[in-house]
Amino acid sequence: MAEVSYVKASRVYSGNPPVRAVDELSLDVPDGEFLVLVGPSGSGKSTALRMLAGLEDVDEGAIHIGGKDVTNVPPKGRDIAMVFQSYALYPHMTVAENMGFALKLRGVNKAEVRKKVEEAAGMLDLNKYLDRKPKALSGGQRQRVAMGRAIVREPSVFLMDEPLSNLDAKLRVETRANIAALQQRLGTTMIYVTHDQIEAMTMGHRVAVLKDGLLQQCDTPRALYDRPANAFVAGFMGSPAMNLKTVPLTSEGVKLDGLVVPLDRRALDRAAREGLREVTFGVRPESLALVPAHEYGMDMTVELVEELGADALVHGAVRIGNASERFVVRVDGRTPPALGNRVKVAVRGAGEIHLFHPESGLRLTD
Amino acid sequence: MARRRRLASVGLHAALGTASLIAVFPVFWVLVTSFKPDARAVGTSPRLLDESTVDNYVRVLSGEKGDFLAWFGNSVQIAALTTVLSVFLSATTGYAVSRFRFPGKRSLMLSFLVVQMFPFAVLIVPLYDILLALGLQGTSLGLVLVYCTTAVPFCTYLLKGYFDTIPTDLDEAGRVDGLSPFGVFWRLILPLARPGLAVTAFYAFLTAWGEVAFASAFLSAADGSKTLAVGLQVFVQQNRTEWGHLAAASILVAVPAVVVFYLVQRHLVAGLSAGAVKG
Repeated sequence: MAEVSYVKASRVYSGNPPVRAVDELSLDVPDGEFLVLVGPSGSGKSTALRMLAGLEDVDEGAIHIGGKDVTNVPPKGRDIAMVFQSYALYPHMTVAENMGFALKLRGVNKAEVRKKVEEAAGMLDLNKYLDRKPKALSGGQRQRVAMGRAIVREPSVFLMDEPLSNLDAKLRVETRANIAALQQRLGTTMIYVTHDQIEAMTMGHRVAVLKDGLLQQCDTPRALYDRPANAFVAGFMGSPAMNLKTVPLTSEGVKLDGLVVPLDRRALDRAAREGLREVTFGVRPESLALVPAHEYGMDMTVELVEELGADALVHGAVRIGNASERFVVRVDGRTPPALGNRVKVAVRGAGEIHLFHPESGLRLTD
Repeated sequence: MARRRRLASVGLHAALGTASLIAVFPVFWVLVTSFKPDARAVGTSPRLLDESTVDNYVRVLSGEKGDFLAWFGNSVQIAALTTVLSVFLSATTGYAVSRFRFPGKRSLMLSFLVVQMFPFAVLIVPLYDILLALGLQGTSLGLVLVYCTTAVPFCTYLLKGYFDTIPTDLDEAGRVDGLSPFGVFWRLILPLARPGLAVTAFYAFLTAWGEVAFASAFLSAADGSKTLAVGLQVFVQQNRTEWGHLAAASILVAVPAVVVFYLVQRHLVAGLSAGAVKG
């Protein structure tokens, strides 16, 4: 077990201009933490993980594992175990051989290897399959073998590169919980890469959001959700995504259709100091509510209703200035409005509004 | 599968039967001829039965016409050495080209392609000069090297293509598990490339086994140092061809090739790397 730190680590691919796949990433992961790296494709999350594994060069900066600089150490000297998106099982070896391979290479005696393999197989419910070859296993079983291969090693850090993306939806949810529980039990530091923000939210102690090779924010799932540092994080975390609109600013607040949403004084002051006429206004679907027609709110025409069971998502158009903007509102699943209805929508509370700089995207509200 | 119509089925079988007959008949005829006395070998009314003797085989093997067993030994030695050397060289080269990025990679592969385009006859004189300079002219080792010049480029191409089909994730998993780069090649990639290696080995073997032009140019003229393919020429003289002996010797020459093919074909199984990655 060990802590991991990226010290201004960069991966630069030569070219014209050079591509900075990971740009001065600085991140400290304490011992035993489950850290999720999340971002859209091309954000550099996998590259960052592969740099930690030693499969990708670190062109600038350094990487430390357990306080030791491993920037130029080959993968086998880093005491890490990795689960690949494709699982990368050795097809010519049985499940038991796959799982025990690393120990065998280290010269651990056979009885000991067998014992550890059986222990891990027990944890993952693989005992029945130890003598099979990977091709005779289902996708979920292969995924567990890949996990088992990592566990048997008892490494100081687990690295996982989108290990669930090849599973079907139901199995993915199940395995997600299993991995989180397993990490809890083993107490080993884990770095987990995913593009799925739900996985990130549900599994990680902390989540690091990357975009274009740059770290956007690293915090607990709750903090990311409640106080996104910029408009990108606000839009990326949460499903359905936050409603983000660039709207005119008045002396009282922001102007949406007929509705002026009053804003926190400090946010207004800050916007005024920066000389902003417009701001990016963000409100999550659950922070909006349908209100009776006579109350104060913005008029929305319902264009789509997605019923999820417990609740429903109402997509609709609101006029802002001369443009028609789409909003999503989360409502009670039992009484959703019908398609084409005109409804009134209001913000639940001033504290649920996020304001961002319209150009830099940085957060303006506290 | 949909059932074929009867007519289509008949046509298909007829076509396949004809093709097989065309392929197999010459070999069959050589086999038949090898059991006939020389005088009856090329008759105007050939007969299949009642002429079987093993005299031709006895004569050929007894060394009456030339040291057949020595030729045989030379051929086996040269072909085996060529096979081992070219499989080793092309496997390592093919893996490097498949996995690593290095300057000159494209031109290397291109040059492998270009060298295949020269007819053997053009190469004999320059190769002779080189062997002479190396002091290898007239030796088996020299001939092995010459065969490698044709076998290695082709086999490298073949194996590079095969290695490309093995996911690089496996290399990386191996490295994380504690293998050195050579360990990855030896313990993960080679076992998975068995079908590719088998084809390569067979090709290299055949390159050396049946070749005449280089063998007659580069080996010493002494009877004891000839290879089989060269030695067979003693049965074909200016005025007379000993068909029976030639046929018997040919059958004997074909046997090792068949044996090698038999050994190799067991490895020609598809889907060795199935199950490695989710596909």
